[in-house]
This record gives sequence, structure tokens and C-alpha cells, in this order.
Amino acid sequence: MSDRDPSRSRDLTVDDLEEMSDSERFRAAAAQLDDVHVLSVHNPAPPDSKLGRRAERKVAACFLLTFVSVVAFIVIFVAWPWEFSPGDHSFFAYWTYTPALGICMALALFGLGAGIVLWGKLLMPHEEAVEYRHGNRSDELDRQTTAATMRDALVTTGLPRRKLLRRSLGLAGGAMGLLAVVPLGGLIKNPKRALFTTPWKEGARLVRYDGVPMRPQDMEPGALETVFPGVPGGTKSADAATMLIRLRPGQQIASRKGQEGFGWGDYVAFSKICTHAGCPVSLYEQQTGRILCPCHQSQFDVTLDAKPVFGPATRPLPMLPITVDSEGFFVARSDYREAIGPSFWERP
Amino acid sequence: MSQNANIADQTANWADERLGAAGALRKTANKVFPTHWSFMLGEIALYSFLILVLTGTYLTLFFDASMAEVRYNGSYTPLRGIEMSRAYSSTLNISFDVRGGLVIRQIHHWAALLFVAAIVVHLLRTFFTGAFRKPRELNWLLGVGLLVMGLLEGFAGYSLPDDLLSGTGLRIASAIMLSIPVVGTWVYFLVFGTEFPGTEIVGRLYIAHVLLVPGIIFALIALHLALVVKNKHTQFPGRGRTERNVVGVRMIPFFATKGGGLFMVVFAMLALLGGVAQINPIWLYGPYNPAQVSAGSQPDWYIGWLDGSTRLWPSWEIHAFNHTISPLFWPTIVMPGVIFTLLALYPFIEAKLTRDKAHHHLLQRPRDVPVRTGLGAMSIAFYLVLLMSGGNDLIAAEFDISLNAMTWIGRIGLLVAPPIAYWVTYRICLGLQRHDREVLEHGVETGIVKRLPHGEYIEVHQPLGPVDEHGHGTLEYAGTGVPKRLNQVSGLGRAIRGFFSPIEEPAAIEQEQERERELAGRPKDPQS
Repeated sequence: MSDRDPSRSRDLTVDDLEEMSDSERFRAAAAQLDDVHVLSVHNPAPPDSKLGRRAERKVAACFLLTFVSVVAFIVIFVAWPWEFSPGDHSFFAYWTYTPALGICMALALFGLGAGIVLWGKLLMPHEEAVEYRHGNRSDELDRQTTAATMRDALVTTGLPRRKLLRRSLGLAGGAMGLLAVVPLGGLIKNPKRALFTTPWKEGARLVRYDGVPMRPQDMEPGALETVFPGVPGGTKSADAATMLIRLRPGQQIASRKGQEGFGWGDYVAFSKICTHAGCPVSLYEQQTGRILCPCHQSQFDVTLDAKPVFGPATRPLPMLPITVDSEGFFVARSDYREAIGPSFWERP
Repeated sequence: MSQNANIADQTANWADERLGAAGALRKTANKVFPTHWSFMLGEIALYSFLILVLTGTYLTLFFDASMAEVRYNGSYTPLRGIEMSRAYSSTLNISFDVRGGLVIRQIHHWAALLFVAAIVVHLLRTFFTGAFRKPRELNWLLGVGLLVMGLLEGFAGYSLPDDLLSGTGLRIASAIMLSIPVVGTWVYFLVFGTEFPGTEIVGRLYIAHVLLVPGIIFALIALHLALVVKNKHTQFPGRGRTERNVVGVRMIPFFATKGGGLFMVVFAMLALLGGVAQINPIWLYGPYNPAQVSAGSQPDWYIGWLDGSTRLWPSWEIHAFNHTISPLFWPTIVMPGVIFTLLALYPFIEAKLTRDKAHHHLLQRPRDVPVRTGLGAMSIAFYLVLLMSGGNDLIAAEFDISLNAMTWIGRIGLLVAPPIAYWVTYRICLGLQRHDREVLEHGVETGIVKRLPHGEYIEVHQPLGPVDEHGHGTLEYAGTGVPKRLNQVSGLGRAIRGFFSPIEEPAAIEQEQERERELAGRPKDPQS
């Protein structure tokens, strides 16, 4: 705040103020102490003019709107039957509650805002003032004396002379820095092999989200069911979701190398987690056998063992080897043979 | 009246004997702020932040940032009996069981959208007018910091309710962390604590959202404003305005009135939106379930461009030495990293290339700096293609265009649109410059067409100032608007203000023009 031009004399004294009106005092102080000069003042509506009275009424009307709206807001807030009850005839009351509150609040705020803006525009004088910039650098005296003060302070501490002090302080400072950071190490967790495994294992049943195990006769040709491993917590696991797909008659699968025979009859099972960004690939187009991820539009062709055919995904959806157990339910023959989901550094 | 004055005096005296702030207060009150509508854009961002703090504090009273599973038993019948996190159920409670909770929640969300939008528009104003030049590079850096913090804060905020949409966003964020070479999996486990989604993330995002990031934003805003006070505001060139002064109105009462009024109006607009315009209806999305997603899952607008870049990036994965670099890495980490670095360094790059070491307090008109304006237009085009691609599935569905065609339009558009935008903008800038010079040289078109004795038709031009022996104007271009129409230079005086009825007396206009003439040091009648 003290960027006052030192070359300017501060010739306004308290005694000078004696004979001045407030307006004169302000102008004198602005010009002589703050270097702010009011160039022009234009009064759009003198207080006793018709225009002035009309403008004042407009501003007052705005402020009155605020008062009325706040009262309305309070009444609605307190007395409105706002509870959610679908089907009930009071649903309309619920449905209009939030808009009514919002509109009252908006009117209240708008009344105050518009009132203040009109007050400034119609009633207050319009002025043009000028303030002078005094350069961004400090003046030379300040620069040199500050530099000298800092250099002197440095010498006073003895740091430049005392090598041992300097080095040991550096060591202690570095150590303190570490002390501030190291406790965050509690956040670090070793990922180990977690990303390579899922809850699927040999003999785990393919169950729906509600826990019902799947059998071959449960699905029509062309159908898709999202299944989870029938193990504790299987349906909650974020990497276990799997699509069990029954091919349509005549759909031929060109298996990827090493995945021949992973399916069972006309059933195949692929990870539902997109190999791009991990969204569940959810949109299955029966006719073309394509699966679309709604997040970034990667498309996978089921007949090519879920190979990506469009979009940013690079890898096929991993395939789950399945079979049917002695009781006639689908089970996994093992966990996925590769990491499911998005790519990461450690993935071979 | 005099009693009031006495009380005011006594209070002021009481305070000043303890604070000694009278001088500083007077100086602040007298501070001059230039008046231009575009200087209020940053204010809108500031007001949005205040509104976010107010409404956000209210929301913390009801929100429970826990991922513990509960069975929902609130008022919203369609979800009753369903298992969900406490975060989601408490957000449902704010929406259905807290009196007036929904309107505050929606105001908060709209304010977040406006906060980032106002920052971006303010940034564009600063960019296109050259307000970032020396000595304001530091404030530019603070502003870029605020933008980045605003994006983080917004993402953390809309991820809190743990609904299907926000959970999908978090899942993608987890994949983005995984894509970082070498340390990706460690970053992922550091943030989530366990395999996605775990039980930690909402609590961690919450403390970041309500304390850490807002604290940083608050500090950055304080520094940003302090630097505006220190450097004083820039101004557009014009009569009486130089590099060495600021022309405008004083802080108190004029600028304070204007700012106070604008704050109320901004708040009013947000309240209206929060009341009548539904936003983020999480009860329609359902609780997060990693096996589910809905079509048309889009982030809030300010993250949409990153979603777009992710959709457009080709399926290029790098496999080498038993390691993988995901295709996700380039459009979501490298691209924004490069863009924000270039953005932050732009003032320094421009100063280096133009060898400009001078202080600048007068703003430039975008047309006078065609290269910078072209670069800005190029960046906007790049951004818009990405933003559009972030919603390309919705556009495809709405206009019956092939989804894959939309992706290709985006891929090609991203490469083609920016250079075209640059070239077109550059040419428009030159055209506008030439027109300014032409008017200065030949005068304003009067609309009067004359036939000369030998048959030639000419349009009569009104010179703007003194002319030389060839009839050419001698006024120099001054970096400010040049009148292009006759009524802008008419000696008849301007029209009386007022939309339905006049709000000023005709005599006031004469007085005002008299004053203007005096100020400009011109004779009473410029025509003579």
C-alpha cells in the first residue's frame, strides 16, 4: 500500500482540513496523499429532480421485491407439503417445491442486485477518476538498501563464514523435509500381483447378480447375461464381472491362439471390463456380434474372440474358460489366463 | 443524524486506535478501477467460489463421505431396499429428505460449472487482450493454477455421491492412473488404497474437496487479487489513458456498488438454475456398480474435452521389454500436461519470441496481434473438436450419424480445424486492421453518392480529423476503436439514454459533452 511517490510533497496538513467540507477534504486527500484525481463528476439525477425521484422509486421497488421474496421463501420453506410421495396427489407439491424455493431465492437476490446496480447507475454520480502508476520496480534507494540489509543479515548470521554450521543446517533441513513427507508413506501399498488375478477360480459357478447360478438351458440364442463368480464377495468384485454370451445358430468363432475350447457348446464368456479404461462394456448387438463400450466407443467382435475392431481399445477382452459341472451348472475352469481391464506398466 | 455520525466516529476511532488502518483504508477506498464489462469476468469466478463455499458448507452438514454399505430406506421409493454406500444414500437424503436440500445441492453444482466457465472466459479475455504481459506474468501463472485446481476440485466434487455416473468417472480415473509408465500401479494403489473401488476413495476425495483444494484455491485467489491491487488493473487505450495511469472509478463507493450488485445478480442466476434446471439427478443413475454403466455417460463440461481426446486417440499400445504403455496415457496425461505447460509458459514464450521486455498496462485489441489471436482461435478450435467428441455418441444418436463416422470426423477435425481457424482468424484480423487504417485515411462512409461532372460516381467520405494536401486523414491509429459509421462521429450529440422512458435530461448530455471537450483540450466546436 505504501507505493506513495516519495518525490511528491505531502503538503496537506490537519490544519488545512479545518475550513473544508467533507467533499473538499476527500478530494484534497485523494489528490495529495493518494495521487488519485477526480476528473469529472456527472450527476444523472439531482436529488430534487423528477428523474431523481423516479429513479429512487425504481431502486426502492427492487429492494421491496427482495423483502417480499424472502418472506415468500420462508413461507414456502416452512409450510409447503414438500415430502416425496410418488403417485400421491401431493406429488405435484413435491415436484414444484424446489423450483418455488429457487425462484423465490433468485427473485430476492435479483431484487437486491438490480436495486444496487440501478442505484449506482441512476442515482449515484458518474465519475471519472485517474490514478497514477509509479512503475513496478521499487525505487533505487529501496532496492539498494534492501539488498544491503539482506546481505548484512546474512553476514550477521555467520552462515557465509561457518562451513560446518552451513552444512549441518543443510543436512538438518533436508532431513526435516523428509520428515514431512515420509509419514505419507503409509499411503503406499505394494500392488503385488493383485491386478493379475480375479476372484474366478476353478469350479466357481457363474452366478447372476442376485446369486442365481446359470445353466445352459437358461439363455436364448443371442442372449447375454452378466455373471459373477459364485464365491463370497464375487458379485461385489470390480474385476470379476463377466459376460456369458450364447451365440446365435450359424455364428462361427475364430478363436485366438491358445483359447480354442474356452467356450462350452455355443456359450462363450468374456471379461466385461473394457481393456481400454475399465468401463463395463455393456452394449451387445446380437446381429453383428459386436460389443460396444459406452464410455469411449471401443468395439469388440465376439466372433473374433472379442478382438477390438474400432475405437481406442487395443486388446481383446480376456476370455474365461468355462464348462458345466456334474449338477448342470456353468463353472469356470480357472481364473482368467491374463490380466483383465486396462493396460498397466507391469503387464507383459 | 448527528447522533449517527457520532456513533460512526466513535466506532472508527475505537478501531483505528487498535488497528491504525485509517490511511490504508482511505487509500483503498480511493483506488481507481477501470470500467469495462470484460474486467468483471474474473469477478464472476470469484463470486461463484464464494457461493460454492456457502452452499458447500451447508451440504457438509448432511453428507456422509463413507463407503460403508447400507440398505436404503429413505423417501425415494424406487431405490428402497437397495444396497448402496452411505455417501450415495446421504446424497439421496439431501435430495429428498432434507427440507430445501435439493435446491442447495443444485445451486452448488451449477456454481461449480459457472466457476470453471468464468475462469475460462476470463482467461480468454486476458489472453486475447495481452493482459498477461510484463509485469503480470506471475498473475497469469496463478490464474492457470486456479484453472487446474478448479478442474480437480470439480472432479473430486462430482465423484463424491458414489452414483453410477461418478463411479464410472472414478473407474476411468483409476485406469488413467494405471496407464502412467513405471509407477502407474503404485499411484493407483496409493490413491485407492486397494484394488478399485475399495472403501477409501470417497473419504479421501472428500477431504481433498472440502479442505485441501479449496484451501489452495483460496490462497491462490488471495495472491491473484493482491497482485491486481499491486500492479493495478490494465486498461484499454483511449482518451486520457496512458501506460502511466489508470482511468476509471474509485473503489468506494462506485466499484464496490457495481461488484456488490453483480454478486447478487450472479447468485440470483445460480439460484434460479438450482431451482428450475435439474442437474446431476443421481437418483436416476442408481448406486455405483462396477458391472453396470449407462449409455451417454458424460463428465461435467470442463472434463469433457479429455473424454473426447480419449475417444479419438487411436488404439496404439506400446509393448516392449515385457512392459506395456496404455493408449490411455497419451490423451489423458501427456496431452493435458503439454497443454497446461504451454498455457502457463505462454507469456514467457511470447516475450522471448517478440523480444518484448517492456512493461504493458494498456491492453491490445485482438486484431492488432493477429498471430496471438490466431493461436488463440486455433486452441479454441482444438478444444471444441475435443469437447464435441466427448459427446459424439449423443450427437450420433440425435442426428442419426454413424458413431464410427463421428469418431473419424473428430480425428480428422482435430488435425484440420485448428490450422483453418488460425488462417481464417489471421486474415480477419488483417482485414479489420486494414479497414481501421482505411477509415483513418479516407474517412467514414457517409452514404451520400455523388456524380462527378465527367460521369464518375463516388461516395463522399467524412474525414475523422485534419487532412493533408491529398485529402488523406492525418490521424494515427491509436490502438483503440475507430468509428465506422457516421452516427458514431455525429456532432449532434448522442441519443438520450433510457429504454422505455428517458433516464436523463437533455441538458445533462450537453453538459457532459462540454466537459468531455474541456478534458480533451479541444475547442468548443470541433467542426469550426
